[in-house]
Amino acid sequence: MHQNILQYRGRRYLWVVLALLILSLIIYLSQPSDLPPNGGSWQGYTLGGIAAALIVWLALLGYRKRSFRSRLGTLQGWTSAHVYLGSGLLIIASLHCAFQFGFNIHTLLYVLMTAVILSGFLGLFFYLSYPRRLARVRSGRRRTDWLTELNEIDDRIHKLAQRCNARTRKIVESALDRTHLGGGAIAQLRGVDRSLVLRPDRETSESKLIGNPEQETVIEHLASAVPKATKSDEAQVLQELLNVFGRRRTVLSRLRQDIRLQAWMKAWLYAHVPLTVAMLSALVVHVISVFLYW
Amino acid sequence: MIRRVSILTRWEVKSVAMESRFHIAIVGSGPGGLSAAGRAAEHDLGRQDTSHQPTHILLESFKAPAKTIQRYQKGKHVMAEPHFLDLRSPIKFRAGTREAILEWWRQGIDEKGINIRYESEVTAISGKQGDFLITLNDGDTIRAENVVLAIGTQGNPRKLGVPGEDERLVQYQLDDPYAYQDETIVVVGAGDAAIENALGLAEQNRVYIVNRRDEFARAKEGNLNAVLKAINDQSVDFSCFYESHVSAVRPPTDEGESGAIVLDTPEGERTIECHRIVARLGSVPPRKFVESCGVEFPDDRPTSLPELSNQYESNVPGLYIIGALGGYPLIKQAMNQGHDVIEYIHGNDVKPVDHELLMLQFSGLPYMADPEEILALYQQRLPMFRRMNALQFREFILESRVIASVSDDQSREEVEARSRAAEEKHQQTLLERHKDRLAELEASNEPITEADRTPPKPRPATRIMQEGESIFQDGEYTNTFYTIAEGEAHIQYEPDGPVYTLKPGQFFGEMSLISGRPRSGNATIGPETILLETPRRMMVKVLNSNEEVKDGIDWMFIVRVLQKHFAPDLPIEELRKIARKVELQQYASGDSIYDEGDSGDCLHLIRSGTVTLSRKVGDAQIAIDHLQSGRMFGQLALMGDPVRRETATAAVKTETIMLRSREFLALLKKDPQRIDDIQAETRNQLKLETMLASMPEGGNVISFLMDEGLGEATNAMIIDEDLCVGCDNCEKACADTHGGISRLDRKAGASHASVQVPISCRHCEHPHCMKDCPVDAIHRAPSGEVFIDDSCIGCGNCETNCPYDAIHMAPELKRKGGILSWILFGFGSEPGADSEKSATAADTQQSSHKAVKCDGCMDLKGGPACVRACPTGAAIRIGPDRFPELITRR
Repeated sequence: MHQNILQYRGRRYLWVVLALLILSLIIYLSQPSDLPPNGGSWQGYTLGGIAAALIVWLALLGYRKRSFRSRLGTLQGWTSAHVYLGSGLLIIASLHCAFQFGFNIHTLLYVLMTAVILSGFLGLFFYLSYPRRLARVRSGRRRTDWLTELNEIDDRIHKLAQRCNARTRKIVESALDRTHLGGGAIAQLRGVDRSLVLRPDRETSESKLIGNPEQETVIEHLASAVPKATKSDEAQVLQELLNVFGRRRTVLSRLRQDIRLQAWMKAWLYAHVPLTVAMLSALVVHVISVFLYW
Repeated sequence: MIRRVSILTRWEVKSVAMESRFHIAIVGSGPGGLSAAGRAAEHDLGRQDTSHQPTHILLESFKAPAKTIQRYQKGKHVMAEPHFLDLRSPIKFRAGTREAILEWWRQGIDEKGINIRYESEVTAISGKQGDFLITLNDGDTIRAENVVLAIGTQGNPRKLGVPGEDERLVQYQLDDPYAYQDETIVVVGAGDAAIENALGLAEQNRVYIVNRRDEFARAKEGNLNAVLKAINDQSVDFSCFYESHVSAVRPPTDEGESGAIVLDTPEGERTIECHRIVARLGSVPPRKFVESCGVEFPDDRPTSLPELSNQYESNVPGLYIIGALGGYPLIKQAMNQGHDVIEYIHGNDVKPVDHELLMLQFSGLPYMADPEEILALYQQRLPMFRRMNALQFREFILESRVIASVSDDQSREEVEARSRAAEEKHQQTLLERHKDRLAELEASNEPITEADRTPPKPRPATRIMQEGESIFQDGEYTNTFYTIAEGEAHIQYEPDGPVYTLKPGQFFGEMSLISGRPRSGNATIGPETILLETPRRMMVKVLNSNEEVKDGIDWMFIVRVLQKHFAPDLPIEELRKIARKVELQQYASGDSIYDEGDSGDCLHLIRSGTVTLSRKVGDAQIAIDHLQSGRMFGQLALMGDPVRRETATAAVKTETIMLRSREFLALLKKDPQRIDDIQAETRNQLKLETMLASMPEGGNVISFLMDEGLGEATNAMIIDEDLCVGCDNCEKACADTHGGISRLDRKAGASHASVQVPISCRHCEHPHCMKDCPVDAIHRAPSGEVFIDDSCIGCGNCETNCPYDAIHMAPELKRKGGILSWILFGFGSEPGADSEKSATAADTQQSSHKAVKCDGCMDLKGGPACVRACPTGAAIRIGPDRFPELITRR
């Protein structure tokens, strides 16, 4: 039944990684006390070998993820192991280098690896907490359902707007036209509402673009127009518009949160994967240079 | 020359119709009637007589032949099934578009010189063989020595029933709604046909729809929503008259003018000027007419078939019935019968086309005999089928597989060699015929499709089994039905339970057939045994048309269920009396079986379907359990607590076996030890129910799943929204393992309390998709997956029949590149990319569309790829038995 990637099979890979860490620590501590621990001792090479193998295996998740016919465990199992072993890698690699850092390719590899692992932690955080938030935002409906409702609301507003005076009609229609949803990567991740509205000036009849975050400007306008309405029919239409815009605000806000959460769940991979590629290149250079300058 | 003859004869018929007398009169010019008339015309041409007077007449009520096919929508592809049957007819037919087929038939009428009389509806047939009197709607009469009824089951369209109903203003079918523009059209009727026509017309016309009632109760949900939307949409010129009747039709006074329809509405009489009236009021079933001719039906059920001899003769000598009315709805069958029936009337004893298929099926039997004799012998030997129409029994055998057991290896080899030889011969004949047909096609310069080139699949010969070999095993999802013709079969329900031996004339396998659930128990074949294994599709047809077989199977089902639940050690004979006293109950989806607080005096055993048990907690109704076929509920009423503590509702269409206190006690008296088992089952059920009742949110999830139709599921995909990151790897996995086309839609489908039911096949107990598959391409694997095989012709019936949108039509496309070339160099398409989306319009158009659906990845050893490819464990596939776990483990 449903288990998240940390709980997978009674945290099977947590125990695996703990065993691996204990083994690594024993290897590390077995280095003779007369020489400081170093990547160049046989213990250092062993730890380096383990770390390099781990890196290659961890990177293979990208391959396994797309090998849809593979019978080698389930992808969830792989992901769970990826998380635990990836976290363990940070300690094993530190033991391998024996906490010696400098301005060189070896430390660059360590830094890149740490960046990959930290971006992975970020991804883990998103994967574990955002789906639940997303489900709450969508409250049992699909994104397309919310979009359909938005379309229906807009149709309705268009029809109601035809029964308003020119000024209100302009404001209302421009609010629909200039609603911002989604946008570029940054806009999606920030989820800031940059919707605008055109407000015609009463005297000059020139229009000015002003912000309409969360549809507040237009709601404000409608709310203040209702008490000023002279005909009962007009008041009724404005009242109805006000209600529909209220709902529109909620729908837009839900969609914006939906887009934002989804964006974050994807965005971290744009750091994690390229950093992995960089790390793999650095790993190759590190291994070659170590053996070249033996 | 031939053409001239036909024109001449038709003219003569018109002029001397009052006194016409014929050897054979054929009623109905559908495929069967046309083929019969064509054969009769050939006999006429071969006659020595120089008068050129035809001895046959073909009567058609419509103004063109093949009314039912005319009614098909434009361009519809008509199939030539069953593929294993050869066509034997003077009239041309093969798979093609409606237009092509109608054209061949029109040509056939001319070339063969068929003496056809149009717009001649037969209103009565009287008299006897040698002198039948046929009365037509225009008052003319025709005398005939023999009559062939080939009128199908579609019947004539129901007319408006008011003056002017036959005016040209009124039409009873609509070929192409786009043929009319800017007209005012009144559509009469509230069924699906009326709604579809009205909506199609409304795109470029002003449309009124007239509904006799105050709602569209008969319409499919999609049509209902569409029509209500159109009625409420101000921007479309579409309105509805509810609770209104047509009281008159006023034809246009002049050519080019519009006519009018007079309606009787709740607001008074309304007259609407209109260009056209489209009446879609269903059709009048032909049974009454057939009965008025003296033909007897075995019972009153609408699906029952008239009793016919092997030569299609009804109980009225000289009156023959062929085609759909006789139970053969396929075009090719009807055409073959049309040919044969004329031969029989002429006194020629031809062997039906399927004779050689029967020989093949019987090839492995331990005796050599004429297939017709074996057929007659088996029908005598199987009491349940004894009273079945001989033709139907023939079809029953043709569709079944004959299984014979042998006791040693040597005889096995011998028999297998014999049946293999028969199979090879059959295959060779098929191939030769296929080659001839293809050569003929190539010579005729007609376009040749992929389907024309595909050689027909051979039919299987007798299946040979070793004595003691397993027929089916517990848990297997097969649903064929077995009848013992000779020898015996053994069934064991529980691993250590008793073994029951079944004898000739008895049958088994009815439980899975009826419940749609996996097999319960193991069955093995006995020595020197002959079994008939009948596919579900054929059995459903038999059950729907033959009361006696249905009653027999129902009753045996009850006996075996009682035996299994209450008295495993008791012989069947002792249960017979009790079985007669229990009742079968049927419930539609949503029907209440009993309510909380009622006093109960019976228990129910679920025969098919799913039942939800719910309890009132506070103001809410909380689901506390859902039970599938084979389970028992309400037994506490017979075990000391007469008040119902829960409400039982049918979650889907459900049938139960109702057992009252007296029968229950009688059963327990026969096997007192059984009470412990029943008490244990009840205890477990109560424990689960108490737990679910204490978690109202869990009960809501159960209700939600039932509302989503998962009550009839066997294996459904469920996504935990709290874990799903929306990576779509499930869809990619599906596409990658299934020709680039995903069969699941993660983004769609309802959810409740973070439990989402995406759009994906749930492998229903009784798959809706299987219902109307004309080529029988949808099957259930022994492991339970419902899948579509390569013989799919893309007709779209399954797509329409699936209530869960789990099937769609997709082109067959090729994927480019492999995973490594994509990862390393970015060549080709990403693994799992949807090739339907990336395909060009040309790709899609060139490829034939076929139905695609989830097959549960039955050919992947690891199991469903979607579930295995979910990185977070959000997607799972489970059966309803694990739904409670879904809630309790959260």
